[in-house]
Amino acid sequence: MIASRRPWLRILSALSLAAGWIAAAPALAQQSVAVPALKAPVTDLTGTLTPDQVATLEAKLRAFEAARGSQVAVLIVPTTEPEAIEQFSIRVAETWKLGRKGVDDGAILIVARNDRKVRIEVGYGLEGALPDAIANRIIDEDIVPQFRRGDYYGGITAGVDRMLSVIEGEPLPEPKSGPASQDMPGFFQLLPFLFVFALVGGSILRRIFGRVGGALASGGLVGLLTWFMVHILGIALAAGVLMFVFALLGDLGGGGRGPGGSGWYSRRHGGGWGHPGGFGGGWSGGGGGFGGGGASGSW
Amino acid sequence: MRQMKLALLAIAGLMLSGCGYNTLQVQDEQVKSAWSEVVNQYQRRADLIPNLVNTVKGFAAQEQAVLIGVTEARAKATQIKVDANDPESLKQFQAAQGEVSSALSRLMVVVERYPELKSDQNFRDLQAQLEGTENRITVARNRYIQAVQDFNVTVRKFPTNLTAMVFGYKVKPNFTVENEAEIAKPPVVDFAAPPPAEPAPAPAAN
Repeated sequence: MIASRRPWLRILSALSLAAGWIAAAPALAQQSVAVPALKAPVTDLTGTLTPDQVATLEAKLRAFEAARGSQVAVLIVPTTEPEAIEQFSIRVAETWKLGRKGVDDGAILIVARNDRKVRIEVGYGLEGALPDAIANRIIDEDIVPQFRRGDYYGGITAGVDRMLSVIEGEPLPEPKSGPASQDMPGFFQLLPFLFVFALVGGSILRRIFGRVGGALASGGLVGLLTWFMVHILGIALAAGVLMFVFALLGDLGGGGRGPGGSGWYSRRHGGGWGHPGGFGGGWSGGGGGFGGGGASGSW
Repeated sequence: MRQMKLALLAIAGLMLSGCGYNTLQVQDEQVKSAWSEVVNQYQRRADLIPNLVNTVKGFAAQEQAVLIGVTEARAKATQIKVDANDPESLKQFQAAQGEVSSALSRLMVVVERYPELKSDQNFRDLQAQLEGTENRITVARNRYIQAVQDFNVTVRKFPTNLTAMVFGYKVKPNFTVENEAEIAKPPVVDFAAPPPAEPAPAPAAN
């Protein structure tokens, strides 16, 4: 017994050691700088800018967003090591999702102060207004000379100003006023399906199980179905309850608008849409996409 | 009896969405669009090259070998008809694009010797575009790798592998590590001699 236990133990410990290594490997390999949370248009992790300067810049960027709809952000980090600034900045762009969804009109000015690197990351929708060559010129002509003199605020302001003036010239869709209608792609895709089921399945189930039982059954089924399709518990529950009510009442007068769950569809697409209106308080990306466009420079 | 049938139908519907059929569809489409983006960005680079070569020629016409190398690598790469689902074809595509990359990096090394060229605004713009495009290629490739990985996991994992089998979805080839090494070969900085023995890469060889 004891003799036969030993090898098992050894194998087990070897396995757990291996598992430990596998678990530790990515942690060791990555160690990359975490993407800071997006709370405002200007994120300064180095204390380079004074609060007044930050406020001035933010006011400018928020005003621009209100007027034109495009989201431009500034991020100052100490370093992006061990990643190159390009790798870090695409991660930031993918996390922040600046710009309006579908318009993709976001841009980020990233400064890695200790690495003496700067990059302008440009969203898909702005690649026409702010192509790589222009981004490169902005870095070379407006930002780097001032950074060389140690004037970070001057360089950033000059860079942001020129970025905004370039974007200004681009015909982009008008910004939406007020809270934009939060779209719910998953749910609207489901609606016709649910209606059919409600009409056909609901009445059949009611006939089988009676009024309340049938309503319960169809509600449960719809909930399950929704769960399978969107994998979000809140939505599945909402759909189920909705169906229950419909089936109980027996007819389907009026459209079934589901209550907007939070964290819609955000499993793969991350992020969640913010408020493209950009009114006071917090600030978040509107769901814009980036593909690695832009330019980098150093000083 | 009719009710049974209906119930069965409903269950079949449930199973179809629960067994990963929809996931497979979504991920297959994601792989496709990620691949188009990769091809798109390589094409963008190919479109930049003639302009770049012409600009460099204006300042450094004597660097024939390097310029011809770039032009030929580009021509070869643009001729390839790639099928992303065929590992062999993908490999060829990779190799051809890798050659363009290394030809371009040789060109950029040469350019260092011409300060006048380096300060030319037109060249600087082109260089920025090239850098931006290389970065876009990297991003597009990474996204493609991720999309294929997600798809392949679905194809292999139980129970979705059964669905994949029924509907004939197979694991897709991905950009592999060996290819990666080939492509990410650092430029050989050799100041001693110009690139040896590369004057006539026989195009007839198959």
